[in-house]
Amino acid sequence: MKKNRPVNLDISTIKLPITAYVSILHRVSGVALFAGVAILLWMLDKSLSSAAGFAEMQDTLSSPLCQFIIWLTLAGLIYHMVAGIRHLIMDAGIGEDLEGGQKGAKIAIAVIAVLILLAGVWVW
Amino acid sequence: MVTAVTSFGRSGLYDWMIQRVSAVVMAAYTIFLAAFIVLTPELTYEVWKGLYSTLWMRVFSLITLFSIAAHAWIGLWAVLTDYLTNRLMGNKATILRVLMQMVLGLITVTYVVWGIEILWGV
Repeated sequence: MKKNRPVNLDISTIKLPITAYVSILHRVSGVALFAGVAILLWMLDKSLSSAAGFAEMQDTLSSPLCQFIIWLTLAGLIYHMVAGIRHLIMDAGIGEDLEGGQKGAKIAIAVIAVLILLAGVWVW
Repeated sequence: MVTAVTSFGRSGLYDWMIQRVSAVVMAAYTIFLAAFIVLTPELTYEVWKGLYSTLWMRVFSLITLFSIAAHAWIGLWAVLTDYLTNRLMGNKATILRVLMQMVLGLITVTYVVWGIEILWGV
């Protein structure tokens, strides 16, 4: 294998299709969720610690900043999960071609948007 | 080129499979918990504690916790080996990547231990 093969990965010179955006966001949401696990574990810890801790968690859920952070975490979780389910569907051989991939990406975005909205309704 | 020595399953096929099995476990847990929270008429501390006091919920949670650890390791390995490369930043890339993996691994183990403490502290 030639060591110095030319590589074109200058993203700014490449026009990205919708599938590329869905893919990179899957990656970004995954990295963000690694930090999100700390928030989710903290919530679980607090809510299970005692009746007082549970009530405190309910109070926390009513402060705007905490609501926003929790909604962001849930949004990341929803995005990563739906995009992941799309991967599993494609693993099963459905929507693997160019047209199917683009259609799947659009469906995933629509489902994600609805679920993130619903999560917002639940948090607020 | 990146060697697979710091990957999770030591081969692409194992990582591929573990990534999918762990994903299904986490999705099942997420959907179950979301349904439980939304469908319970009044979610009190007693109901919440009751759920996490059952053996099956602890086992389900523990399997999910392990799934998070494996899934995160495989995902973060893929990200790190894509961006912290010798092509992008020279020879120091390998040292930096291994350091990053150690830190992320430490955080992952902390998550698992913390999660076990929460589950068996109920």
